[in-house]
Amino acid sequence: MFAYVVRRLGATIVVMAVVAFVVFSLLYLTPGDPAAILAGDAATDDDILRIRAKLGLDEPFFVRFGGWVWALLHGDLGTSIFTNLPVAHLIGQRIEPTVALTVCTLLISVAVAVPLGVIAAAKVGTWVDRAVMAFSVLGFSVPVFVLAYVLIGTFSISLDWLPVQGYRPLREGVWEWFRHMVLPSTVLGIEYIALIARITRASILDVLAQDYVRTAQAKGLSSRAVLLGHALKNAAVPIVTIIGIGIALLIGGAIVTETVFAIPGVGRLTVDAILRRDYPIIQGVILIFSGAYVLINLAVDLSYMYFDPRIRY
Amino acid sequence: MIKLFRSTGLAFTAAVLAAVLVSGAALAQQKVLKFIPQADLRILDPIATTAYITRNHGYMVYDTLFAMDAKFQVKPQMVDKWELSKDRLTYTFTLRDGLKFHDGQPVRSADCIASIDRWAKRDALGQKLAEATESWSAVNDKTFKLKLKKPFPLTLEALGKPSSNVPFIMPERVAKTDAFKNIEDATGSGPFKMVKEEWVPGSKVVYVKNTDYVPRKEPPSWASGGKVVKVDRVEWIYIPDSATAAAALNAGEADIWEQLPPDLIPVLAKNKDITVKNIDLLGSMGMIRFNFLQPPFNNQKMRQALLYMVNQQDYVIGIAGDPKNGYPCLSYFTCGTPLSSEIGAEPMKGKRDVEKAKQLVKEAGYKGEKIVIIDATDQPIVHAQSLLTLEMLKKIGLNAEIQAGDWGTLITRRAVKEPVEKGGWSIFHTWLVGPDMVNPAVNFPIRGTGEKAWFGWPTDPKMEELREAWFNAPDAASSKKAADAVQKEAFEFVPIIPTGRFILPTAYRSNISGLIIAPINLLWNVEKK
Repeated sequence: MFAYVVRRLGATIVVMAVVAFVVFSLLYLTPGDPAAILAGDAATDDDILRIRAKLGLDEPFFVRFGGWVWALLHGDLGTSIFTNLPVAHLIGQRIEPTVALTVCTLLISVAVAVPLGVIAAAKVGTWVDRAVMAFSVLGFSVPVFVLAYVLIGTFSISLDWLPVQGYRPLREGVWEWFRHMVLPSTVLGIEYIALIARITRASILDVLAQDYVRTAQAKGLSSRAVLLGHALKNAAVPIVTIIGIGIALLIGGAIVTETVFAIPGVGRLTVDAILRRDYPIIQGVILIFSGAYVLINLAVDLSYMYFDPRIRY
Repeated sequence: MIKLFRSTGLAFTAAVLAAVLVSGAALAQQKVLKFIPQADLRILDPIATTAYITRNHGYMVYDTLFAMDAKFQVKPQMVDKWELSKDRLTYTFTLRDGLKFHDGQPVRSADCIASIDRWAKRDALGQKLAEATESWSAVNDKTFKLKLKKPFPLTLEALGKPSSNVPFIMPERVAKTDAFKNIEDATGSGPFKMVKEEWVPGSKVVYVKNTDYVPRKEPPSWASGGKVVKVDRVEWIYIPDSATAAAALNAGEADIWEQLPPDLIPVLAKNKDITVKNIDLLGSMGMIRFNFLQPPFNNQKMRQALLYMVNQQDYVIGIAGDPKNGYPCLSYFTCGTPLSSEIGAEPMKGKRDVEKAKQLVKEAGYKGEKIVIIDATDQPIVHAQSLLTLEMLKKIGLNAEIQAGDWGTLITRRAVKEPVEKGGWSIFHTWLVGPDMVNPAVNFPIRGTGEKAWFGWPTDPKMEELREAWFNAPDAASSKKAADAVQKEAFEFVPIIPTGRFILPTAYRSNISGLIIAPINLLWNVEKK
């Protein structure tokens, strides 16, 4: 297993190198000029040319790419063109809300979706199963921002139970942090509950059709024991896979949720940077999160060994 | 074991509650004003960019030597007294007592001179002042002189310019930064201090009251007068989603929303705890800008044709949503300001004349050349104008289309001088706040300096002569006369077509008072009960 982990980590570096080149190239080719945005509407051609020169944006591709890679190798993700703040600092500011939103969303999603999926599988073909699947379809279909507005209108404006927007760091108080997380996590979680519930149901139905489950039933085990003791653990591999994909997607940015709830997360940082052509931020974020995705996938792959002892690396 | 667990748990809970209560109590004693700004603050340097949000940040942390009041008069601000020599070539300025930067250092003549020098490298009016300047010199730390090569009647107007780029005064060490490079240090001598450690770009900017600031004794009027801060802390909370911003204001999570989109005005007006008010009485001016290097709008008659077609009322409703929030303004200078008039505006008056427009198009020899309107769909004001202009062009049979992107794409593409087939453009739209179009000095779209002009690159030597005449006008009467001549030429040459004046109202909660009626959102004098 150690050799497998080392091989995968080595592959991570290769993946990140390819991502770095591709991202840098795409940004270089994308229309847009941060110097023009920086200078403002009233700027003239001359102003923009001078700013571009000051920022080094008029240098050839390989000079710029080489400079960026050299800085990366020294642990420097670069500096934002607009704010002059280090990219690492900007990501650092945004990581807590994103991680908090990711963790809360996944906890809610898994806690609700797995039991729902198990129940739907246990009651397959009944109204319970159909209700869960209908909910799942709704969860995919209702746009996130619509659900967000409805929940804000109900819980924040009418009932005044929860705040409308924003994020409170944990250091400002657990209770305020929690209050600010409830609505965004719920809104974002609905989609993942729908997804995880469907995968759980399908995976358990697949396992329930296996011979060893029939044997367990024939031996007189209760339905509950069969479901929870045998089927769920054996159905875990696809469920864990989808949870892992969910983590990766959430870290990358629940952009609509962050925008509607004004949460200063990584998703909004990235979108704002793209609109402004703040290249160092875009490059830095994509690079870091490509590495994170690869590591999350590695963790998911390693977790299979726990759920399925036949899997060994 | 269970007892230990319980007591540990109780102790932890008590500690958390205590922390929450203590921090809450400390903040509760402070008066915190929560303000939703028009955009997020990314650039701290009000000289390096003309972005209005950065200008507004500048007014929080910096001060100016002079400032304009609501009667368009320039008043001393940091300056205590000033003199002009009999030959009108030497100004002597003396600073007020007690002016200090946020780092505790006194404001000196050297700081003022360095700041003006840096500002003049970027600002058009500053550049005109610099052309007329022989030297700046410090007599001592509080007194400094400006020696001119020739009389420059607009000296104080330049030093009291209200909108981008504003000649804010910075510490000399900061002002020595290259004018084409952003500063990072937000130290100023203004009524607020920025708490940079709490700045989350794209989300939150925090300012605290500058307790060392010495306000003038006069009442506030626009950017002049006493800047008395009546809150302890101001938080700019940028909320990108308008519906969420409205909900936040309704719920009391914000106190002031700088600019409402028109469709949310009725939503907020229903709440008796919220006031929706136009505090910017000058408003903003929309405009159509042409590409003067490429057909068909390199032909003056084609541009003149559109004067007979543009219905400003349509544009105002398209932008502001409600006729109450906009007004036709048939002038190249902001309506309601001393130089505005309707001289030369006959083509834009009365019923729109499609036949006249078609006739001018025919006289121009239009052969069906493709007209490309570059649009930014993420900018509602730009986008609304683009759609209206497209409809207008099609009405007179022109071959027009919109090519949409985001604002970043638009401002990159408008720098392209090639024909439309090679990625060029024919028309774009934008808008400027009222103070940026009050006179021929600041109204940069009307300049006719060809390759050195603003995007579109009009060449109009007559306009430049008339502008120069305006700069040299010795008194108010001749200034008005010269401005009228500039406007007449503008309606003839058509560097832009003004599409009307619109106002984006401000909304604030009922416990807020003291908002200054001004074309810029100024947060001194604001009280929160």
